[in-house]
Amino acid sequence: MLSVEAQKPPKGKWTTPPFDPRFPNQNQTRNCYQNFLDYHRCVKAMNRRGKSTQPCEYYFRVYHSLCPISWVQRWNQQIQDGTFAGKI
Amino acid sequence: MAYPYQLGFQDATSPIMEELLHFHDHTLMIVFLISTLVLYLISLMLTTKLTHTSTMDAQEVETIWTILPAIILIMIALPSLRILYMMDEVNNPALTVKTMGHQWYWSYEYTDYEELNFDSYMTPTTDLKPGELRLLEVDNRVVLPMEMPVRMLISSEDVLHSWAVPSLGLKTDAIPGRLNQAILTSSRPGLFYGQCSEICGSNHSFMPIVIEMVPLKTFENWCSSML
Repeated sequence: MLSVEAQKPPKGKWTTPPFDPRFPNQNQTRNCYQNFLDYHRCVKAMNRRGKSTQPCEYYFRVYHSLCPISWVQRWNQQIQDGTFAGKI
Repeated sequence: MAYPYQLGFQDATSPIMEELLHFHDHTLMIVFLISTLVLYLISLMLTTKLTHTSTMDAQEVETIWTILPAIILIMIALPSLRILYMMDEVNNPALTVKTMGHQWYWSYEYTDYEELNFDSYMTPTTDLKPGELRLLEVDNRVVLPMEMPVRMLISSEDVLHSWAVPSLGLKTDAIPGRLNQAILTSSRPGLFYGQCSEICGSNHSFMPIVIEMVPLKTFENWCSSML
């Protein structure tokens, strides 16, 4: 039960965002924001090419895990209103 | 948790806190030894009739009391740096939990799978059950699985707060607009208490943190029951 293999998550199942070497320090604000942007950019690009947005799900899972719910709600509201400051 | 007439740190719950505890013992011992030596020398100076008014140089003793402090400082610095680097090791957390500071309560979000979030208010003193701790108990505790690295992301919805749990060696500021990461690993199950550590208004002293570390199965059952 305590072997290394048994403690690894089952292959392919989502647990939690892995360590991202682009954001190695205490301040993870950019990690959350970058993945939020990347998700929306990915969806926009895939839709433009008529492809499935399934690969974009990774970015969704990461920002959903990392970003506070209130931030996500605020940004989604801004996107709807057309006032979101990021480039998507 | 803290207990009356406590002199030292609370019992360590995480491996890092154990290291910090031992380092503190080591350094404090050095400090006591130096202070005792100095006080002894001062008392000797004040209680002797011997004098020596023609001292010109003292090369040998000057060398010793330069080299010896340097060695002592190295003996303090090396363990300190070792722990510092240990705290920054890359580890892959098994779970991510967000905590947002508000005036005057904490809210917790577990969004790896479903969206589970709840507020954690202090239990008023008038509502305490017998045996509960005054100003430390909350209505909804943060339940976490033990013996697994957990990523805590700490932020605030209004003013500065600070999320602190002494027995885990954690204190991380909650800053609005910023997401601060702290990694938490508990070696044992139990209840671990902390208090808000950044002045945030009238009820700053009344927004405690209680972590309940449980085995993984219990944690999974708790998650299902909270959803």
